[in-house]
Amino acid sequence: MSTATAPLADSAIMLRRNMKHTLRNPTTVFNAVLFPIVIMLMFVKVFGGAFSVGVDYIDYATPGLLVMAVSYGLGATATAVNDDMTKGIINRFKTMDVSRGSVLTGHVVVTTVRCLAAEAALIGVAFLMGFDPKAGAVDWLGAIGLLVLLSFGAGWLTVAMGLAAKSVETAGLGTVPLIMLPFLSSAFVPADSMGAGVRQFAEYQPFTPIIETLRGLLAGNVSGGDAVVAVAWCVGFAVVGYVWAVSTFKKRA
Amino acid sequence: MTSSAIAVSGLRKAYGDKVVLDGIDFEVAAGSIFSMLGPNGAGKTTTVNILTTLLTADAGTVRVAGHDVAKATKQVRASIGVTGQFAAVDDLLSGRENLQLMADLKRVGSGDQVVKSLLERFDLEESADKMAVTYSGGMRRKLDLAMTLVGAPKIIFLDEPTTGLDPRSRRTMWGIVRDLVAEGTTIFLTTQYLEEADQLADRIVVLNQGRLVAQGTADELKRQIPGTHVRLRFADPQELGAAARILPAGTPDEEELVLRVPSDGQSRSLRALLDRLDEHALNAQEFSVHSPDLDDVFLALTGDTADVVAQRTDKEAIAR
Repeated sequence: MSTATAPLADSAIMLRRNMKHTLRNPTTVFNAVLFPIVIMLMFVKVFGGAFSVGVDYIDYATPGLLVMAVSYGLGATATAVNDDMTKGIINRFKTMDVSRGSVLTGHVVVTTVRCLAAEAALIGVAFLMGFDPKAGAVDWLGAIGLLVLLSFGAGWLTVAMGLAAKSVETAGLGTVPLIMLPFLSSAFVPADSMGAGVRQFAEYQPFTPIIETLRGLLAGNVSGGDAVVAVAWCVGFAVVGYVWAVSTFKKRA
Repeated sequence: MTSSAIAVSGLRKAYGDKVVLDGIDFEVAAGSIFSMLGPNGAGKTTTVNILTTLLTADAGTVRVAGHDVAKATKQVRASIGVTGQFAAVDDLLSGRENLQLMADLKRVGSGDQVVKSLLERFDLEESADKMAVTYSGGMRRKLDLAMTLVGAPKIIFLDEPTTGLDPRSRRTMWGIVRDLVAEGTTIFLTTQYLEEADQLADRIVVLNQGRLVAQGTADELKRQIPGTHVRLRFADPQELGAAARILPAGTPDEEELVLRVPSDGQSRSLRALLDRLDEHALNAQEFSVHSPDLDDVFLALTGDTADVVAQRTDKEAIAR
């Protein structure tokens, strides 16, 4: 075993562990997949008719719902990380010659995989409800890439929150803002239609450019400016989350 | 290299103003069982955490398996196994998967074989494929220790391994620990149970309020406190007084009506003692031979400090 590949191999072992956890705890997956679908049905079938957004409401709302599905999937990660921390298993890993970040990397990758499963289910339901994207193959790749990047970035941020939280309960609570943010963005109605104050917040918060980019990609007319800002936010989440997570991990014995 | 598996000198650790370890020194010979005794909060777990690289010391040097824990952390981690106070098993994995996870992380060549033999050894085969969350306390401890043994570490740290276990599981654990030492493993054991240290340890240190208050073998420690004596309880103070006059070596306790007479505990000297009472027509209502055990040592060593502190505080209070 060479020292260069050891962290990768360790991460793969930890990922296998997290995958088993996910499969054995089907409610987590069910929750992550079901909740966004319920919200989708509610917005498209119940409220959607009353909103005037210029296009079919399902075409308008799907990108926002996809982003919401990511943020909703994060709660389980925060509690899982905190659970690891409080149960003492992390201390076992720390006293072993195991690369430091591998436990955390395992959580982040499994979060990304779980988010993508939720996205796939959501897109399937959207198509059943008449979703009609104009995106070409490259646009689709871009959209999927952005969702992966968002899951990955927000995943690191969530792992950091899970590590920093004092208990499992506060860890779960920590991700609530991430779930609330899409409601205060252009996910369900255009930011222009909001009241003063909320509008400015919606325009400048990270989820709006991400949703707009996704919307553009799926409609086949993406704006380069939004895309740069969206990618920058995702990379920013990842960097801040990573640095925060690793430093917290080292501190907590 | 010396034959010390662990060498600690001048180890200090404080959290803010609270001094947890106040300069401790000890050595653990390779292939022996070393036991650290102490009441709750004495600093046992902090010591284990420093020795196992979870915490860094404020001062002092610690060498484990010949490596400095501060500088050669990686090498230290590769030579140790740790079973902490709380079972560190993965609840959502089965016993077999938990062991396999350890074998994978330690890159054990024939992992399957190692896992199989550990399950056998710890009598966990029947539940091997059930999730650890369904295990009883004793089984979790066994699984935890089995996980620690994957890859055959040279030095094993056991932090209160039998706390909360029933007597039978405790004895099983002791058997396992003895087998390990027979195979040449070094064991660092912390415990609150004196019987455990007495049963297992080659060498014992007593930690109290961050300092080592005694070290030696169980016998050496027992010798540090008053030896074997006979306790005689009398019906009234007059009889106690009379007995104290004919047995001048004894120490009377007026309140409990008890006379403590030093004795070697042999039958001949006991008979002589009883004859002497008979000659003076004295009858002891209760008669017992008391040899010191580690409990006495422990209470004498750790209780005294507390008493001294209490007295000092009293005096300070009076002075004010």
